[in-house]
This record gives sequence, C-alpha cells and structure tokens, in this order.
Amino acid sequence: MNKVSYISRNVAELKPSGIRRFFDLAAQMDDVISLGVGEPDFVTPWNFIEQSFHALEQGYTSYTENAGMIELRKEISSYLQKSFRLDYSPDDQVIVSVGASQAIDLALRTIVDQGDEVIVAEPSFVAYAPAVRLAGGTPVTIQTQPEYEFKLQAHQIEEAITPRTKAIMLCNPNNPTGTFLSGDELAQLAAVIERHDLLVLSDEIYAELTYDETYTSFPSIDGMKERTILISGFSKAFAMTGWRLGYAAGPSEIIAAMVKIHQYTMMCAPTMAQHAALEALKNGKPSVQEMIESYKQRRNFIVSSLNELGLYCPNPGGAFYAFPSIKATGLTSAEFAEQLLQEEHVAVIPGDVFGESGEGYIRCSYATSLKQLDEAMNRMKRFMEKRV
Amino acid sequence: MNELEIELLKLIERNANLEADKIAKLMGKDIEEIRELIKELEKKKAILGYSTLIDWAKVLDKEEVTAMVDVKVTPARGVGFDKVAERIYRFPEVKAVYLMSGSYDLSVSIKGNTMTEIGRFISEKLSTLESVLSTTTHFVLKRYKHDGIILEDNDEEDKRIVVSP
Repeated sequence: MNKVSYISRNVAELKPSGIRRFFDLAAQMDDVISLGVGEPDFVTPWNFIEQSFHALEQGYTSYTENAGMIELRKEISSYLQKSFRLDYSPDDQVIVSVGASQAIDLALRTIVDQGDEVIVAEPSFVAYAPAVRLAGGTPVTIQTQPEYEFKLQAHQIEEAITPRTKAIMLCNPNNPTGTFLSGDELAQLAAVIERHDLLVLSDEIYAELTYDETYTSFPSIDGMKERTILISGFSKAFAMTGWRLGYAAGPSEIIAAMVKIHQYTMMCAPTMAQHAALEALKNGKPSVQEMIESYKQRRNFIVSSLNELGLYCPNPGGAFYAFPSIKATGLTSAEFAEQLLQEEHVAVIPGDVFGESGEGYIRCSYATSLKQLDEAMNRMKRFMEKRV
Repeated sequence: MNELEIELLKLIERNANLEADKIAKLMGKDIEEIRELIKELEKKKAILGYSTLIDWAKVLDKEEVTAMVDVKVTPARGVGFDKVAERIYRFPEVKAVYLMSGSYDLSVSIKGNTMTEIGRFISEKLSTLESVLSTTTHFVLKRYKHDGIILEDNDEEDKRIVVSP
C-alpha cells in the first residue's frame, strides 16, 4: 500500500515551513541563544493563570457556546471599543477561536471558493499562503520592498488584482519585518481595496505592541468595517501563546458562517483558556503595559546594537522583531543563519522563509531577556568581525 | 519627575548593576545624557544607594536570623513617633523601621547572627527604651520573596521551543 498516494494532492504539494529545518538544527545544541522565537519571553501574568485555576476548581470544564462565552465576547467587544474605537456586537459579530491562527483558517474557508485568489503581502507570517491553499484558494504574493521599509504600496495591490481576486491579507504591525503602517498609509491601501471591492483579513495580533505612533485598526478606516474580518488574539500582547486563544470580529453574516465551520470542526475554544482571557481583558492592562515598555526598551537596544555591528536595521515600529539586512556580509540569509548557529550558537530566522524579498535579511526576535540579548549581540559581534 | 527619569529609575530599581551604556541603548538616549541624569537623581536623593540582594543562606558558614518586631510605643509631644523611631533606627542591627496603622505602632526588622543575639538586643536595647511599652517578636523561618524577587525561582528557565513562527 502506497500510503503517500492517499495524501490529498493539496496537502502533498504544500511545502513544509522553512522554519522547521532550523528548529531541528538548533534543537540538537545546548547553550543556544534563540532569537528565533515568535512568542513573548514573559510567562503569562499570574492573575490570568490563577483565574483559570479558579474556573477549573469551580467545575468549568465543559463546552462553551460555539462562538465563545458571551461574557468573553462582551469583554472583547468593549476592549475593541476602548482601544481602537470599533463597534462590534458581542452577540453576532465576534467569534472566539483557538488562537488567531484558527481564526485565519476559519475566515479563509468561509470566503474562498475553489480557485479564488487571495493577495498575501510577503515577507509575511509563514502560515498565510498555505492557509489560502488549504481553503482551496490561490495565494497571490506581493513582495514588499526594503526601499519602502517593507511597507505595502497601493500600486502593488493594484498590479496583483485579477478578476479572481477576492480578498487581501494584511498584517500590521508585520511579522517578520516589524513594519508599522500608519492610519494614512492604511487609508491609501483602503482606497484601492474599496475600488476593487475586495474583502480584507486584517491580522492585528501585534496591535498592542507598537512603540512610536498611535495605532489605527484597519476596520476603523471609513468604509472598511463592512469589508474587513479583524483577526487578533491573546498570544502576543497578553503573553498567552500556549493557551491558544484568539478571536475574529466582522460583519455578522461572515461571523455566522465562520461559527458554522467552527461548530462542526472545533466546537469551541478551550474553556479554561477563555476564563483566563476574561481576566486578561478585565484586569490585565497593567501587566500588558509593563511588557510593552520592556519590549520597546529591548527594541531600542537590539536596533542600535545591530546597526553598530554593520547590520543595517531601520527602527521597526511594532511587534517584537528586528529585520536587519545582512547584505554587507555577502552571504545569503540561509548561509548567515546557518553559520551563525553553527559557530556562535545564536538562532535567527533567515528572511527568505517569509517570502522572497526577505532574502538578504534575518528575523531577530527581541522577546528575550536583556541578558540573553546582550550575550547574543556579543556573539554576533565576534561572528561579524570574522567576516567584514 | 518626568517620564524619562521614571523610566530610568524603574530600570535601575530592577537592576542596580545595569551599566550606563546599556541604559542609554535601552532608552534610545545618549550615554552622556544618562550619566548626567543619574548624577542629578543622586543629588536630588531620588537615588539613595545601590544595594545587592543576596541569598545569605547559600553562603557557607553564614546563616542569618531576621526578626520582625511589633513595637508599641508612647508618642512624644511635638515630635510624635519620629523621635522614638530615630532612637531605634540608629542601631545598626535594625534594618528597617516602619510606622504602622493597626494594633501596634512601629514595625522593626532586625538582623543578627543568632536568635540569642537578637533576643539580647531586644531585651537590652529595644524594650528598655523609655517610650517602648511592649514588643512582640516574630522570627523569619524562610524567605520566599523579597523586594519583588522570588528567591528560589524555577520559572527563570526559558521553556519555549527554540524556533517558532
């Protein structure tokens, strides 16, 4: 029996994530300093954890409503209102998902028909294009360019649009580049999007983690709310990656369709995680603020250190990634990352795994302790001295 | 106190050992500016000193005893509790003195090498002060958390996988 032949063509043709190979390499070494981690170094704030204990003790161990506990949806709705001036009804415009990742999957499966095109601006989170494929669609990638600080340009969207284009994925601030789009910049994209009647999947998981300018949520732009599925979650700003809890907000027709898929494939997001998230939204602000302040300081630290090393790095406006150029070394991203790992035991992610215009760059996560960051910079200094 | 000063103070409150060049980088400022700011804060006595938190229990032959003493006193006219507090906090054995609300007046923390030593200090020096009415002594058996730092923190270890999207 040829087992491989049983695997669907769609899945078989999917390329494995380029990050995976690095994980295997790094996992074999000890004393690795990892700047390759896309998650906070903070442990979930204690009051969130404790609230989850309490909920378990009280016997909250059963399913919740498919769309998530109404108390949590109410809190999400009021959080979106307070933070981004967005009005979403907790009754039918919010769904609680298993991480933002599942919300992306649900949104794509909801809107994509076989052969529909979804525009993905790369370098991007590695899951977008595969998620489009798994939903039966065709991802159409745009390569954002370093001369625009990897900011997506309206004309690039225009050029990528075909009669089959149904939607576009946006991620602001961006993983892996840390690029931040201002309200004005988003409005320029919105004009094209409106003209071509596209739907927008706006991944705003890093919205809290912006350091210099005020954040504009995409659906808050005039006319965009009705054509946007807002996706976010608790992993990054609330330091809750392992709890797997995210949400989507959008037009009630679309959310209802997403709930339909969710009820057949997932039932609901984990109950204990929903209780922790409730506490996070009610009483988590001071902890979140403290983490943001710390990320900002570490961003300043890593950006100035990388520039000192001759690895050109503009100031990323958000998320917790620096995306320096390694072109000065003459190495490819993969060579740089591999040699750095072998010689100095520092793990970074080659930029090209996030999209071809990421070639010549590496992603360094600064969600790691100052002590570790400092040591990583010392090791990278030694590495660079041997090369330039 | 401006935001810059507060940010700097919070950084060195957490780690007094943080070098000026690192502080400068973290705050996105010039190192000279940071040095100047630290000097100013020292002059203003916003920064009073730099101490190190040590777990003496980890050091051989050095076991320390700490007692928290609840002290009831008679306040003096004109100076209230300040005078008697000063009489107490001037002793080097006394590590902290707080005026408290509630059933006693002063909370006094005393360190010594042995329980006998502390007992002697309390009976000879502290309780014999004229304005001291009574003392209740509690010996510390184990320190779990001190000044916001968990002493035996197993959480320090990074439990994340090395590479993730």
